[in-house]
Amino acid sequence: MTTVTWIVLGATSALCFSLKLLGHLVPEAWLANPRLQRINALVPISLLSALVVAQGVVVKTHLVFDHRLAGLAVALAALFAKAPFPVVVVAAAATSAFVYHLH
Amino acid sequence: MSNLTRSTVRDSLSVALTVGTYGVAFGAASVAAGFSVLQSCLFSLLTFTGASQFAAVGVVSAGGPAASAIAAAAMLGTRNTLYGIQMAPLLQVKGIRRVVAAQVTIDESTGVALSQAPRGIAAMREGFWITGLGVFLFWNIFTLAGALGARALGNPASWGLDAAVPAAFLGLLWPRLQTNFLRVVAVSSMAFAMLVTPWLPAGLPIITTVVVAVVFGWRAR
Repeated sequence: MTTVTWIVLGATSALCFSLKLLGHLVPEAWLANPRLQRINALVPISLLSALVVAQGVVVKTHLVFDHRLAGLAVALAALFAKAPFPVVVVAAAATSAFVYHLH
Repeated sequence: MSNLTRSTVRDSLSVALTVGTYGVAFGAASVAAGFSVLQSCLFSLLTFTGASQFAAVGVVSAGGPAASAIAAAAMLGTRNTLYGIQMAPLLQVKGIRRVVAAQVTIDESTGVALSQAPRGIAAMREGFWITGLGVFLFWNIFTLAGALGARALGNPASWGLDAAVPAAFLGLLWPRLQTNFLRVVAVSSMAFAMLVTPWLPAGLPIITTVVVAVVFGWRAR
């Protein structure tokens, strides 16, 4: 586990910095392909959506709907109510912890 | 940095402080995923791009392989390349300043820089630097606080940390869903991730949803 976490940390940092630096070095035309730009704009949305699912309703390889879902529902309500980010996260955590202790 | 305008500084610092506090959520998520306090802080110092950091620790926490965690983080990091392409001609820096500029090229610094356009190029530059360096400072301070806090709390579920992480992802996703098309992409991605979860090794459904982005982005609309 320790080795894996260091590998993830090192490789993620190296790649993310390289991607930033690349933007400052390459001519604009290199990444001007419209299809590439359209897909690139959607990638964060797809990945973040998948991460909500993976962290919210998945345990290993199973869909599990538990106390976390109650927290997510409250987070969603808070976002609809235009609550700031820290409020969203704390409200979700408090709700989830409450439901967790009900069991 | 001449002609410092008060409103540019105010805009930059308010964004830097607000976004910096999200670092608490990252520090906590990172420790809950099995990273040490030191590793969590190194993430915020070296990777320094929130969504990628959350993705990397999220995939590890879901039991996914290292390659999947790194790939998800890198794909989320590609947008910073596009920001760099926009910022480089504006900043006109070389050497070590270019390296520093690259490291602080993120959503917020680019966003504030572009929002200062009506105030002129000098204001755009100031917006980029103050926001970028400001987020860097606060993000790292709050990461340490979150990591130490999570370590002191113990069982993540008991304090709702296991729900705070997906809520944080939802909070990062929300401001991006500005059109119905983008909302459809998000809902489709969630449905796709749920559909493939039982059939793929843990952690892989996350990176696999990039297929959804490719399908929706393939044709011009």
